[in-house]
Amino acid sequence: MLILIKIKTAMLAGALAAPILATVFAPAPPHDQDGAPRLSPTSFSYRAAGDFSQAGRPVEGPLRELRLPADLVIMKRQVTVAEYARCVDEAACPRIATAAGAQDAPVVGVSWHDASAYAAWVSRKTGITHRLPTDEEWTFAAAEKARDEAMPLVDPSDPAQAWIARYEAESARTRPAATAAQPGGTFGTNSNGLDDLAGNVWEWTNSCFVRVSLDGGSERITNTNCGVRVVEGAHRSYMTDFIRDPRSGGCAAGVPPANLGFRLVIEPSRSVATSAVRNVAKLLRRT
Amino acid sequence: MGAAVAALMMAAPAARAADDLKLPRQKVELVAPPSVHAHEQATKAGPKIVEFKLTIREKEVVIDDAGTKFHAMTFDGSMPGPMMVVHEGDYMELTLVNPATNSMPHNIDLHSATGALGGGALTHVNPGEQVVLRWKATRPGVFVYHCAPEGMIPWHVVSGMHGTVMVLPRDGLKDAEGKALRYDKIFYIGENDLYVPKDANGKYKTYETVGESYADTTEVMRKLIPTHVVFNGRVGSLTGKNAMTAKVGETVMLVHSQANRDTRPHLIGGHGDYVWEAGKFNNPPQKDLETWFIRGGSAGAALYTFREPGIYAYVNHNLIEAVELGASAHIKVEGKWNDDLMKQVTPPGPIPLDKVGAADPVAVTR
Repeated sequence: MLILIKIKTAMLAGALAAPILATVFAPAPPHDQDGAPRLSPTSFSYRAAGDFSQAGRPVEGPLRELRLPADLVIMKRQVTVAEYARCVDEAACPRIATAAGAQDAPVVGVSWHDASAYAAWVSRKTGITHRLPTDEEWTFAAAEKARDEAMPLVDPSDPAQAWIARYEAESARTRPAATAAQPGGTFGTNSNGLDDLAGNVWEWTNSCFVRVSLDGGSERITNTNCGVRVVEGAHRSYMTDFIRDPRSGGCAAGVPPANLGFRLVIEPSRSVATSAVRNVAKLLRRT
Repeated sequence: MGAAVAALMMAAPAARAADDLKLPRQKVELVAPPSVHAHEQATKAGPKIVEFKLTIREKEVVIDDAGTKFHAMTFDGSMPGPMMVVHEGDYMELTLVNPATNSMPHNIDLHSATGALGGGALTHVNPGEQVVLRWKATRPGVFVYHCAPEGMIPWHVVSGMHGTVMVLPRDGLKDAEGKALRYDKIFYIGENDLYVPKDANGKYKTYETVGESYADTTEVMRKLIPTHVVFNGRVGSLTGKNAMTAKVGETVMLVHSQANRDTRPHLIGGHGDYVWEAGKFNNPPQKDLETWFIRGGSAGAALYTFREPGIYAYVNHNLIEAVELGASAHIKVEGKWNDDLMKQVTPPGPIPLDKVGAADPVAVTR
């Protein structure tokens, strides 16, 4: 386990270091943002993702007012079947089973690894860092399409109460009418000009699952599991990174994400260096 | 069995019209599973003729969350067909109706009945026909009934035509020592193995009529690998908003019926307090089982008193069939948590740094 965690840390460090190499050694070609909207930071409310506890009992994650530190450039649409296929053709992305037909439909049935491989490939092709959004960034971009599924307050001394409440909330979720991925634009455009948020494709984020203690008025992460990432859509979910086809069943209830897809954040080139420096500085501080 | 009943049995000639029995009659309205029609668990009354009507319905149903369509054949519109409850010594008078809107002949083989292939040889009805069969309940237990048309028996059964009869001892259920056992609630679960043909792209095929699905379905059946194993007709029929409910302290009877294939029910987080694994009440129930075996072509029964609240999963403990193919149900149990039976002493938290398996400090900061 220790080894596994170390490998994950190393991978994370690699991912964060990559932007510097791109900036320093490869001259950036013209930045084609494919009509990706640039969103200026404004204040938004965000329910922290992960498992939170206080005095040894599960509690909801805190609801915060956040403001991203810089503009967010994010794809208007989810990555399509045709776009992903080009990465497969160049042997940079794993081949996955895709439904015959619509090339402009969002690619689904992708794991976090597949999505990350695609982001790395596009970044190499364009010289511009493309990456999965963090859960905070996704929530900001999704605006009114992001849903806060806070659970009702229940008797903390009885573990079954919270469990039953969660079961009922999950059971009350509505199932998407169509399960197959639909052509881009089917699920409408949000106030930020982004299409198909919270439709029937859930989107991978780069945020790791965390367990957080809220004891003593401060927030302390007691465990980070980057083998599980936050996925976002009509509801928030936590997904093991190699899963391509989510499902519930057995002991779990409720509606699983119908499909797993993704859209990417495009790092504005001028901020790449600064953010990379910031990231490296953070890493150095940790080690 | 009471002396009056025994006397009556001895007096009864071999063949006799129902009207000649001079017994009281009772008409029962059936309800769809997992519910069971109201019934006495023990009775002081003498034997009677209990009238039931099953209407066969051929209909297209959806069997999973992906919307897979399936041509079902059913007794009374549900998979499994409704449970019919009588007491030992009662006569069941069953009217089997095959409406003209159906496309196929059907019949019924009741494992609880004696003679004529369980009634199968006497109940062939074409679309537009009905038949009345009377049989005497001589053995207490839970029993499968199913359609058994010549040449097409397995196809009709795995298309949904099966259900359960429960014959209760007149003086009720008992444990091995003869102590009376009662239930506050009864749930009836029928397990279906389904065999849905796929096209060349691996997508489930749909058919205009049930008849057109026959050849392809038989081909899948002959390979003996079901595409779905479900409770009560579809994946999720007994989960989420459809979950069964109970309260702490309530004793629940779970009847599990499988007309075709072996299965092994298990209540996750609970037990079988008293289990009639083979389903026949003249045998003493086994106690404290973790998983019980239901032979294909039989029904079994388990009694359990809930002691902790929460969500219980009731599954076929071939977990591949439970989770991947659909054989899962949930029971939502309300009540007060008992810390004595279980308590989370220390919630999940980091392993102390000096212990084997502790996380690298770098990995646990954001």
